[in-house]
Amino acid sequence: MTSNVALIKNSSWLDFLRKTGVWISILVVIGAIYGYLTEPQITTSMLASTLRQSTPLVLGALCGLLGERSGVINIGIEGQMLLSAFTGFLANVYTGNLLVAVMVGVLTGALLGGLLAFMSVTLKMDQIIGGTVINILALGLTGFFYQTGLTTQGKLQPIELGPLASLPLVGPVLFENPPITYLAIILVFVMHYMLFYTRWGLRTRAIGEHPRAADTVGINVNRMRYINVIIAGGIAGLAGAFLTLEAVGSFERAMTNGRGFVALAVMIFGKYMPFGVWGSALLFGFATALQTQLQFSGTIQIPHQFIGMLPYLLTIVVLAGFVGRTRPPASEGKPYETE
Amino acid sequence: MSNTDKQVVLEAKGISKHFPGVIANNNVDLALHKGEILALLGENGAGKSTLMNILYGLYHPTEGEIWIKGQHVQLQSPRDAIAHGIGMVHQHFQLVPVMTVAENVILGAEVTTFAGRIDMRQAVREVSELSHKYGLAVDPNAVIEDLPVGIQQRVEIIKALYRKADILILDEPTAVLTPQEANELFQIMRELTKQGVSIIFITHKLKEVLAVADQIAVLRRGEMVGSTLPSEATEASLAEMMVGRNVILQVDKSEAHPGAAILQVEDAHVLDDRKTSVVKGVSFEVRAGEVLGVAGVQGNGQRELVEALTGLRPLTQGRFIIDGHDATRYTPRQITDLDVAHIPEDREKHGLVMAYPIEDNTILNQYYETPYSSGVIVNRKAIENHALKLVEEFDVRTPSVTVAASTLSGGNKQKLIVAREFSKPVKLLIAAQPTRGIDVGSIEFIHQQIIKQRDRGVAVLLVSAELDEIMSLSDRIVVMFGGRIMATLPIAEATREKLGLLMAGSHG
Repeated sequence: MTSNVALIKNSSWLDFLRKTGVWISILVVIGAIYGYLTEPQITTSMLASTLRQSTPLVLGALCGLLGERSGVINIGIEGQMLLSAFTGFLANVYTGNLLVAVMVGVLTGALLGGLLAFMSVTLKMDQIIGGTVINILALGLTGFFYQTGLTTQGKLQPIELGPLASLPLVGPVLFENPPITYLAIILVFVMHYMLFYTRWGLRTRAIGEHPRAADTVGINVNRMRYINVIIAGGIAGLAGAFLTLEAVGSFERAMTNGRGFVALAVMIFGKYMPFGVWGSALLFGFATALQTQLQFSGTIQIPHQFIGMLPYLLTIVVLAGFVGRTRPPASEGKPYETE
Repeated sequence: MSNTDKQVVLEAKGISKHFPGVIANNNVDLALHKGEILALLGENGAGKSTLMNILYGLYHPTEGEIWIKGQHVQLQSPRDAIAHGIGMVHQHFQLVPVMTVAENVILGAEVTTFAGRIDMRQAVREVSELSHKYGLAVDPNAVIEDLPVGIQQRVEIIKALYRKADILILDEPTAVLTPQEANELFQIMRELTKQGVSIIFITHKLKEVLAVADQIAVLRRGEMVGSTLPSEATEASLAEMMVGRNVILQVDKSEAHPGAAILQVEDAHVLDDRKTSVVKGVSFEVRAGEVLGVAGVQGNGQRELVEALTGLRPLTQGRFIIDGHDATRYTPRQITDLDVAHIPEDREKHGLVMAYPIEDNTILNQYYETPYSSGVIVNRKAIENHALKLVEEFDVRTPSVTVAASTLSGGNKQKLIVAREFSKPVKLLIAAQPTRGIDVGSIEFIHQQIIKQRDRGVAVLLVSAELDEIMSLSDRIVVMFGGRIMATLPIAEATREKLGLLMAGSHG
């Protein structure tokens, strides 16, 4: 019995798949094939759009997950994404180099991560307030410095992955995406491996659950929290860069539109597991894709404001009813006090 | 230095540690010989933990030197202590509950292959080897939170041994164990010393010291007051060294004359904070003029039971009657007004408002009554007089009644709570861990007060994890295990062995 327990707890994604994923996956595959046979174009664009819409959520949720696994709650993801989207966009405007622009976005996120770490680790501030500070700061800065009429040299373009891209349905959906979308998927796997198979991961999980235990075996809790929250900020920065440099190509005020908060819901629904996060981000991405599709097709006579609510309603429903007993890391939100 | 021919592995010379306003250790000398068990005895607050934290690198001494195996060392952090072969088993286990035994053991000292990947197979193998070598049976793949505390403690010991520790510091290791588990621990300790490990064993339980130690050192108020051998000491002599005066270990009490039932509990079911059922159908009654002791290892539903009976937690099934009133759905205030006194388990969280002055703390259970308030106005003078009277009567040591409750020592806080609860008429006393972590003098006093109330005809429900306390105060004993009552015994039939078995869930 005991070794089984260990297996399940360690191989988190197996657990997640077993419980929910298998059925959902089967339904999704059946639905996709049915859709492809009846409405090939709409189905393809819906699925591609699902993946695109899920990308900032995956990245945002990975940011939240990494913070909370180390014991720091980050509700400033929204702000980190927004400011990074803005600085990335500005960098693109002034340098015209997309790679530099993405780097600037990531760095901005990391910097805000550093700020969150400083407030929650060093100053031992309430972490919810710390996150709120970041959100307000980002909203204020971007609103103040935003000018209309800035134009860019373009945005990140899709890369076709050789012959895979010419497969029917799967090709255009999975193997014809711009770089940050690929990167988000890779990051899911990397994060899972890092968290559950490496020394860094073991220590990260330990400081999120029982920092004192980690301290007594010589692990520097506060330093690890700093490092992880900064890396997490970088990931949120990537999500921001996705918005301006890959998805839209320009900046608008408050363009993150609550994605940072939806990402938190995604993280909780994903049970603080990278694969879980991915799965739930796809679900939310699908909801967004669906509402866009419904608005464009105009087949259903409902005011578009109501259709636009779909992803947010899903957030409420999921968090209120379907999450079940998730168990957040035991020490999240608590500053570590040495005696 | 040594008066035996064994090598001195750890020596503290003239250790002093000053905290602002407090001298926690004053010129303490301590010598541990190879393969011996040194018991460090002292009351709470005597400076044992400070001394051990210095030896483990968590604190830095204000003065003094530490020598390990003949070498003068500076311990800046636990990492340094570990590097010098010192391992510590903390009183509160430092284990991550959701991780496996092996993960906990290697944490901070992981064996990795390339790119930081942990070699889990190797870790599991090493844990099994250690557990075989020292007779510490444990499954390396088990998850910590599924294990009983006795096994968790073994994991802590393995953790130290994995780091090649040959000097082990065990901080109050038996506090959470049943007597049987404690005996197993003593066997493990002896096995360890046979294989060359030296052990410092911190405790305030005199029986254990005499049972297991090779050497005894006693700390009192931060100073080393003496060392002795188990063969030359008795419980009484050790208690006197610890406290500095003659102590009455046995509570002096006459036979109980129980009257009518004051508290009747019928089939009570209670959930804990995580909504799991922890009290699963408990029935008993407490009569006027008797002490009913609830024995059990911590975490077997006692806390939730007490919270339910004081109105702090709902019952999911069953009911309880206090003095003829069905109080199942009563609020804490309504229960208090039935003349119920409550000494809560956590005095700092539930017993006192730490930031309030002492005088306000003395009226928490009756501030709304005359003479302390009339209408919405409080009567400061009456409150102050009340507080002064209680402080005097119950020997609460404080410079004034206007200082915050947080400035009191543990024993004085507890005496303040007892004073408050007894300052109005009492029919039922519910006392949870009434003497946990306080000095022997205060324990003595509180025990006397409880018996005094019993003799006045108060029904007393005493919940305690200290078997000695249960045995010396109770007239009848119920044993709780896994949320159920295992047995009810009159005091005459209760032996330590019998209770210990019941506390471990076996039907004797």
